[in-house]
Amino acid sequence: MNEIMVEMQNISKVFGSVQALDSVNLKLEKGKVHSLLGENGAGKSSLMNILSGIYAPDEGKIFIKGKEVRLNSPKVAIDLGIGMIHQHFKLVDVLTAKENIIAGFDRNIFINQNKLTEKIREVSQKYGLEIDPDKKIYDMSVAEKQRVEILKVLYRGADILILDEPTAVLTPQETDKLFDIIRNMTLLGCAVVIITHKLNEVMEISDVVTVLRKGQYIDTVRKDDTNASDLTQMMVGKAVDLSIERPPLGEMKEILKMNKLTALKNDKTKALDNIDFSMYSGEILGVAGIAGSGQKELCEVLAGLYPVSKGDIIYEGTSILGKNPSDIIKMGISMSFVPEDRLGMGLVASMNIVDNILLKDYQKQEGMLISRKPSKEKAGRIVEKLNIMTPSTDAHPVRLLSGGNIQKVLLGREIASNPHVIITAYPTRGLDIGSSYLVYDLLNEQKKKNVAILYVGEDLDVLLELCDRIMVLYNGRVTGIVNTKEADKETLGLMMSGAYSGEMKS
Amino acid sequence: MRIAKRSELTGNRILLVRLAAVAGALVFGGIFLLILGQNPFVIYGSMINGGLGSFFRFRETINTTIPLLLTSLGVMIAFKMKFWNIGAEGQIYMGAFAASYFALNFSDLPKPILLIVMAVAAMVMGGIWLLIPAWFKSKFGTNETLFTLMLNYVAIKWVTYLQYSLWKDPNAMGFPKIASFTENALIPKLFGIHIGWIISLIFIYLVYMFLSHTKTGYEISVIGESENTARYAGIDIKKAILKTMFISGGICGLVGMIQASGISGTLSVDLSGGVGFTAIITAWLSGLNPIVVGIVSFLFAMLQQGGSYIQTAYQIPSSAAEILQSLILFFVLASEFVIRYKVVLKFKAKGEVEA
Repeated sequence: MNEIMVEMQNISKVFGSVQALDSVNLKLEKGKVHSLLGENGAGKSSLMNILSGIYAPDEGKIFIKGKEVRLNSPKVAIDLGIGMIHQHFKLVDVLTAKENIIAGFDRNIFINQNKLTEKIREVSQKYGLEIDPDKKIYDMSVAEKQRVEILKVLYRGADILILDEPTAVLTPQETDKLFDIIRNMTLLGCAVVIITHKLNEVMEISDVVTVLRKGQYIDTVRKDDTNASDLTQMMVGKAVDLSIERPPLGEMKEILKMNKLTALKNDKTKALDNIDFSMYSGEILGVAGIAGSGQKELCEVLAGLYPVSKGDIIYEGTSILGKNPSDIIKMGISMSFVPEDRLGMGLVASMNIVDNILLKDYQKQEGMLISRKPSKEKAGRIVEKLNIMTPSTDAHPVRLLSGGNIQKVLLGREIASNPHVIITAYPTRGLDIGSSYLVYDLLNEQKKKNVAILYVGEDLDVLLELCDRIMVLYNGRVTGIVNTKEADKETLGLMMSGAYSGEMKS
Repeated sequence: MRIAKRSELTGNRILLVRLAAVAGALVFGGIFLLILGQNPFVIYGSMINGGLGSFFRFRETINTTIPLLLTSLGVMIAFKMKFWNIGAEGQIYMGAFAASYFALNFSDLPKPILLIVMAVAAMVMGGIWLLIPAWFKSKFGTNETLFTLMLNYVAIKWVTYLQYSLWKDPNAMGFPKIASFTENALIPKLFGIHIGWIISLIFIYLVYMFLSHTKTGYEISVIGESENTARYAGIDIKKAILKTMFISGGICGLVGMIQASGISGTLSVDLSGGVGFTAIITAWLSGLNPIVVGIVSFLFAMLQQGGSYIQTAYQIPSSAAEILQSLILFFVLASEFVIRYKVVLKFKAKGEVEA
């Protein structure tokens, strides 16, 4: 029997009218990697925020190393050796790794720089975390920043580490490296929790898996006694077919062509650098790359929302360079954009479904007045077809809908305009498995109608299954376009880190 | 004790909280009146009496409601877009200035034509007065709150200059005032009250239609919620800002014309009486709803009239009446907090170990 580091008993937490956690149990053992698995809204993050002292539980007991404790602030949790590495890093960009590590911790007035560097080196070597203590954060890659975050909690003496979706921002190679670090930590006696919803990673790294569903504790199993499909069933509550259909290619007529396109960021560095590619009807073109490689700018350039400094965009033979969205609509081009920020860009959060459908229709109406009737009928059809759960189409703000239903409203509206081109950015982010598969089905349905689709994704497994070609972005450049039938994750990973350029295939 | 965000309340619950806030204010105001040695029930009764008790008092209340209501409608349109028009006061004065120019120099025009010219001039001038900061904002991203606020002082000083120097009436025996309008520059009365009340009712309908049933009104809501969404939908944000601000300033400018022509009979520096600022409060209290703002403005005007009535009837200092007004405001604004947040009390349970 291993030593129990943490025991959480019957933890409950209510937010407003939502039961985020309902009598959840968790036991963390020394030297083990424990995966916390569940869909969005299952309560994984709430449970870990309780363990790291950010939220107080409404009910339940917490024992750390056998002693009952009351974690009423993050400080208390840190002192007890609990360290959480958040999905969004909490680092000061202009400071060095070393300064970030000691910020808020070493409260001496004077700092012995050499001694400190020495100590940080010692800790980083012990765990195999490669870090240059004097490098500024803004010079670091995402993986390096993550290592600084990990080192920060280890330096503070944490031996219970919580990592919230640690691989979301990493390439496959960086993920392997992170897993090596995690294994090192367990060998040195830490207990590690990984919050995730990626099953293959769960099977690779963890020793024990706890599954949550809608705030309910489902079960805790040893990895060796389970498999991916069992875990999915526990997570979703029913058996799910995890394969994604890939219909055959359509007409393959060139619809949209980007010609040596360059766009600048505010600070005059290149967001997109000499991008060259074409989109064809009846094909899904995937876009892969680590976060912030130019995906957002690429989508916004195509939609006419981002200024281009060089190059050209050709839509069926006509240049649409420098046209804003209303010009594009007036040219009679039917292009749909499903942006990453659904409530902040694609929809108006405080408006109901009808008014949100109206957003794409009202400019086509004659005169000064607005008629909501056609949009209301359209809203009714979309709600029915996509099975959107809402009490009303014209008296319920979309912000109050669930994430999946919000995405259905957005996607439904965009598809209802019978587009020739669909640009989607992370369309399944934050959605549960069922909703994600509905999104894949909807996109495939459009592909069969000979729509040209751009799919910006983050999960390489999904990209490989759904798309026909994958274009990889690194630092605003295209490092390669590969045919998915001939591609594998390793090559894509190398291309994502800019280390390898795949040959151009179309 | 800590503060937590609460789940959204239904419309009825929100109304209940607001009513409770008003009741709370009245209770506190009552305690305050007791300290002054007055019977709060008598005073409150007299306030209603002072606001509505006779036709004369009722007319005064309506006369106070009209500028407040119209100005609230004007600033509301800007607020819907999250454009903070704090400059209604200035727009009122500039509107009154433009109307007075025609009233004083073209007084031989037939009455209906003169009045229409005055109204149009006031709206255009008020609109331009708000277009200045709007243009700077859309071009250079200047801060409209400060800009509109500063333009108030420019407008007030301009009217002061007119009154004390340029337009000073030579027949007023040295008294600094502008010549009174002739009869055909005064707006007519209906049922004993100048027709500003009809104009107000028409504008409630127009603003409601504008905000809820026109393309521009819809664009205003989208821009107010998220500029990114507006760009995404292909809305020309700069054009929409300029268009909307011209309308917002125009309505405020019209208030200047109505006040000059319907109340004071000429242009003067105390024409507005701070209505441009009070309107910000009434617009917010009504939740930027053009129909509700009519009711809120009327209640506010009643409070003001009732306040000045108890001042004369009971020798209560005017500041006491103002304290009652502020108490109500304070409570209603505080209720917004109760609507959005709740206070959770935490007690340490027995047997728990302090970590």
